[in-house]
Amino acid sequence: MLRMLSGLSTPSAGEVYWHEKPIAGAEINVSIVFQSFALFPWLTVLENVEAPLQARGISPEERRTRSMRMLDTVGLDGFEAAYPKELSGGMKQRVGFARALVVEPEVLFLDEPFSALDVLTAENLRSELLELWANKTMPTKAVFLVTHNIEEAVLLADRIIVLGRNPGHIRTDFRVQIAQPRDRKSEPFTQLVDYIYKVLTRPDVTPAEAPDQQTGPKVRDQRQMHYQMLPHARPGGMAGLLELLLDKGGRDDIYRLADDLAFEIDDLLPIVDAAQLLGFLKIEEGDAAITETGTEFANSEILRQKELFREAAQTHVLLLRQIRRALEAKSDHTVPEDFFLDMLDEQFSEEECLRQMETAVAWGRYAEIFEFDAGRRRFVLPDAQDEELGASEEAE
Amino acid sequence: MRVQHPLARTLVTARTWPFLIDVGVATCAMAVFFAVISTGTYWLGKPIPVVPISHSIAALPAYAFYSIVRIAIAYLLSLVFAISYGYIAAYNPRVEAYMIAVLDILQSIPVLSFLPPVVLAMVALVPGHQMGIEMGVILLIFTGQVWNLAFSFYSSLKSIPKEMVEASRIYRYSAWQRFWQLEMPYATIGLVWNSIVSVAGGWFALIACEMFTMGDRNFQLPGLGSYLQTATVSGDIRAMVAGFAVVILIVVATDQVVWRPLIAWSDKFKFEQVESSERVVSPILEVLRRSNLSTLPGRLWSRFEEPLYQRMASTRDCRVVHPLDEETTRKKPSIGLWTLGGIAGVVVLWGASKAVLMLQTVTLAELGTLLEGAGATFLRVNASLLISAAWTVPVGVSIGFNPKLARIVQPVAQVMASVPATAFFPILLIGLVQIGGGLGVGSIALMLLGTQWYILFNVIAGAMSIPSDLREVSSLFHFTRWQRWTKLILPGIFPYLITGMVTASGGAWNASVFAEYSHVQDRTLQTIGLGAQIDAATDSGRFPILLLATIMISLMVVTMNRLVWRRLYRLAETRYKLEG
Repeated sequence: MLRMLSGLSTPSAGEVYWHEKPIAGAEINVSIVFQSFALFPWLTVLENVEAPLQARGISPEERRTRSMRMLDTVGLDGFEAAYPKELSGGMKQRVGFARALVVEPEVLFLDEPFSALDVLTAENLRSELLELWANKTMPTKAVFLVTHNIEEAVLLADRIIVLGRNPGHIRTDFRVQIAQPRDRKSEPFTQLVDYIYKVLTRPDVTPAEAPDQQTGPKVRDQRQMHYQMLPHARPGGMAGLLELLLDKGGRDDIYRLADDLAFEIDDLLPIVDAAQLLGFLKIEEGDAAITETGTEFANSEILRQKELFREAAQTHVLLLRQIRRALEAKSDHTVPEDFFLDMLDEQFSEEECLRQMETAVAWGRYAEIFEFDAGRRRFVLPDAQDEELGASEEAE
Repeated sequence: MRVQHPLARTLVTARTWPFLIDVGVATCAMAVFFAVISTGTYWLGKPIPVVPISHSIAALPAYAFYSIVRIAIAYLLSLVFAISYGYIAAYNPRVEAYMIAVLDILQSIPVLSFLPPVVLAMVALVPGHQMGIEMGVILLIFTGQVWNLAFSFYSSLKSIPKEMVEASRIYRYSAWQRFWQLEMPYATIGLVWNSIVSVAGGWFALIACEMFTMGDRNFQLPGLGSYLQTATVSGDIRAMVAGFAVVILIVVATDQVVWRPLIAWSDKFKFEQVESSERVVSPILEVLRRSNLSTLPGRLWSRFEEPLYQRMASTRDCRVVHPLDEETTRKKPSIGLWTLGGIAGVVVLWGASKAVLMLQTVTLAELGTLLEGAGATFLRVNASLLISAAWTVPVGVSIGFNPKLARIVQPVAQVMASVPATAFFPILLIGLVQIGGGLGVGSIALMLLGTQWYILFNVIAGAMSIPSDLREVSSLFHFTRWQRWTKLILPGIFPYLITGMVTASGGAWNASVFAEYSHVQDRTLQTIGLGAQIDAATDSGRFPILLLATIMISLMVVTMNRLVWRRLYRLAETRYKLEG
């Protein structure tokens, strides 16, 4: 299909038209990004990007400037003299995109461009593509994507056509009306994914209409709320990460962040997760983007930071909220750790319970939501402890 | 589709053609043979001055130079021809099957048996001049070199990944750009390795054919080959050794100055996604790369190329995306083409029938000797292959399992494979004469000289390719020696062994023509065999016998290729391929 639309193969029946002319004789201006990258291994990155321009008889100087600009756009500046085999998969595909875009195609064909990449890299590239598209940095009028990945289609496409085989035919064709950027977890999104999945898995049934996508954002059902797993990160780490992120313009690729910090990605992820949980940053397609509260947090001095952290923690972390309420409710404003451990028990393993509690204590202490008396293993309301201390002093 | 370590001819293995195409090709070949002979005998009236060949060592550099020039011209010619041939075959489905069949059969025919008629025809074209012999010899080396290059290029073109082709189409590359940026780079590695084999074959043939006698006439050219032969005939051992030393020197120098830098350079054309750790290093290439001069050809080239690109970009060809299946949708050939083909067919048939008529003069007794000779040569070739395999397999495997040793021995084997056995032969012959042995054994020894190195090289490569975890498994489970060989080593090296043996068998057949018949110190040594009969027929100018013997030898080679080698090759490709 993609091959026919791009004029690479002749359809056995029917005709393809390009601006009202049969495609076979038309001067079409299209590009393809290939699944296997299809870069020329014996040419450097720059030469690879230049080659299509060379085919169009563009002078060496202009070729060079245009290619360099395009390499900058896809984030490959500094790599122009490298050979493709020295690059990682994601970077190779960036070269693929640069080569496709450098000719300023009217239609851009994407032939499963993300399926040979690992999950995070693919996610990252997808969001960058969306960004390019949204910013109108490319003169391209349409993008045609072939994919087997349902979520990818729903995430990127304005219109989805599901094809069936034997013989090839159109199963269903509909518009996606969810606004960009799309949230994979929103209800219309998941509904649409389910719908396409059903269409694909039941080739004998005529597909129903696509679901109405006008329903609002997903509503949280309080009854179903369980304890979220607290990522084991320290507040100080989060503050550090947010500050770094702010330095980088508020948004950066998680992997690159890990690289910059010389962190293992496994060490960085809990910090990112924690900051996300608290609403300080958002994860979008492999990028961490700082939120407003996150910015404020990073810019504030320590007392204000604690305040912000307290607000965020009490809004977003069920366990901390519960501890605080319990403390406020009890007359002596103190509750044993075991009480909460028993509650966590239902959901986590024994070991994990202890770690969850440890993290909760670290956060709670930092945010001054409560104090924790490690000797007696009891939570204490901050003011209450002061009173207690005062009382004991008086007693002496 | 190719086995990885490629010191081997690229062979036609992928297809089988209808019998009819084969017959057609054979008919054409016979017609050509007849045409060549008849023009040759017709024109051959005037005497040609015979250049005397000197024995003196002082003459060697000049002779070596002549020979090198001949090889170089022949090689360049065959490279150009091979590339055009492969290109046409790959992109014209209508003639593709025929062209590949022609290639397959011509590759199997031992070139040396063509020597007399080809030289005769060339002498006829340029009567009364040394140039004729010169051209004949170059043409002969050319025919020996060209086919595997052509097939290598063809199969490279055919195996370019589809997405790469699509990329070149969608970005509207001109044929020129496609050739230099996609097709040539992709085919380079195959061409380099096949060139090594080809040039080795070229030396082999050159040394044999710079000098030969036909009837009462001597054809000789100043060169290393004629020097060696003159020295052999007169029994001048000092000259022989000197000549041989020069040959070795040239081969080693070619390896160091030409092939190693080329192999190292071609590494960048390897179609791989990840950089491999093992590379061939060449100091000469490094020096070239560092010098400022190395950018000069590129700059000159781009100055020449740029206007070309700009002009081509405005042609229609570059403004439209060409469908990949365009060729198949073309219309049928026109009537004119049909009549042209018809006329050509009639001419070919006429020539072939004349050639067959010529065969009538062969008596039954002569046919009997020929058959007998065919049998003897067949046995000898296979004996030499078996002997080579018998010693190279154990030796090659033990070398291959020792990476340090392999790194030293493999290049040596590669150089040894390039030393023309024909240069060795005179020394061997003198030895034989001294101990009073006959050529029956001697010819096998000569074939061995040519064949064993290819097998050794490939067996080493095969043994090195056996993954070490498999070897660890075999020692972990205490495999017996027998089990180790039958379960691990032999299956592991099988594809490589077959590749080596296919190449070697081609060489052995070629050698047979030369090995079974020889003049030493005014004596003629010979044994029963087709090669001997070809030589004898050349000596006495008996064309019908020459033709029949050539047909028989080609028939045997083609049959062996089809029935044995191709099947083994397929087996190697499918069952014994170690992947990953």
